Amino acid sequence: MDESTRNAEFDKRIEEGTKIEPKDWMPEKYRNQLIRMMSQHAHSEVVGMLPEGNWITRAPNLRRKMALLAKVQDEAGHGLYIYSAAETLGASREDLVHQLLIGKAKYSSIFNYPTLTWADIGIIGWLVDGAAIVNQTMLAKCSYGPYSRAMLRICAEENFHKKQGYEIVCTLMKGTEEQKKMAQDALNRFWWPTLMMFGPHDSDSPNSATLLKWKVKKKTNDELRQHFVNITVPQARTIGLEIPDPNLKYNEETKNWEFGEINWEEFYAVIKGHGPCNKDRMKARNDAHENGSWVREASVAYAKKKQGKKVEKFLNVG
Amino acid sequence: MSDNEQLPVWEVFMQQKNGGPHQHVGNVHAADAEIALQNARDVYARRGGNGSIWVVPLETIYASGSDDEAPFFDPSDDKAYRHPNFYRVPKAVKNL
Ligand SMILES: [Fe+2]
Ligand SMILES: [Fe+2]
Repeated sequence: MDESTRNAEFDKRIEEGTKIEPKDWMPEKYRNQLIRMMSQHAHSEVVGMLPEGNWITRAPNLRRKMALLAKVQDEAGHGLYIYSAAETLGASREDLVHQLLIGKAKYSSIFNYPTLTWADIGIIGWLVDGAAIVNQTMLAKCSYGPYSRAMLRICAEENFHKKQGYEIVCTLMKGTEEQKKMAQDALNRFWWPTLMMFGPHDSDSPNSATLLKWKVKKKTNDELRQHFVNITVPQARTIGLEIPDPNLKYNEETKNWEFGEINWEEFYAVIKGHGPCNKDRMKARNDAHENGSWVREASVAYAKKKQGKKVEKFLNVG
Repeated sequence: MSDNEQLPVWEVFMQQKNGGPHQHVGNVHAADAEIALQNARDVYARRGGNGSIWVVPLETIYASGSDDEAPFFDPSDDKAYRHPNFYRVPKAVKNL
């Protein structure tokens, strides 16, 4: 079969809604785009543990601490599900992790912002995981089978992340003036960076058209962002929080909450490594990798020793 | 340390509930089967309710690819007599 026939057949399968599986033929560009997207996604789950991990030892009570620990552990799991799915495309995990550690790979810009108060943990669960759910619910319908299955698994776990976050914010909003202020301040700092999570406008997103055509993505960045704003504004209002956007207004006709322009300069600066915490995050990842090396070494030594014993036993019997 | 410090790959199959089939859920990296099983539990069964887990070294799995899918699955497609609705019997007869 020649290249153009193969491409045409591939497009037809996508058109019909057939899922693409690891051993199926696929255009190199489809494979590479997926590896790029999935590795960025996996790195985001892993780096995403850092801002929240920062508060595990300082959670205000045991209930909050257990929830936060479980959530952060889930995020580690999410990273592994997606690395595992990326490996089915022929990417090596060694290589993916290396790209992250040397600072070459990208991850979601939101995790380069600091978590200054306990309210940030509530706001992150509610907003950041909320935004991730919007994105991942779409990706669960992605044309690549292993990615779509990983997303289904993740979506099932995400809802508690969002709910525990919103519960924290609700509690603060029922508290003292100081606690209310703390929650509002956290929202003020995280609102815009959360909207940036959906990526540039469709008009400035070079990969979008191809990804939509291949049904890797089923909705555009702007569509997802609008949906997120529409579901989140009422949640904020219910508990007395104010969205930090003077241009926010409801459009009766479109039923959309219209919002102001994002500061794209900030977005690109953070992506290029100039956010408040980029350096800290990279250092923490590298330290964790180095500090964990003795565990990997010990497990290899143990496996070798056991294997040796097995061979010995076999020889004795023989 | 070996060249690949991410360690060998084990594919993970999980039985979601007692009596059901084992289904593929993803993979883990581990130096040996024992640790692979523990990792699989931590990664894929954090919410319990699972029957059992198998871990299988990746290199021992041989899979059909879709390039040879047509000839590979063809022979069974034209064997309609393997399905019950191939056979004609009086409609009035019950419990057949
Ligand atoms: Fe996650
Ligand atoms: Fe999450």
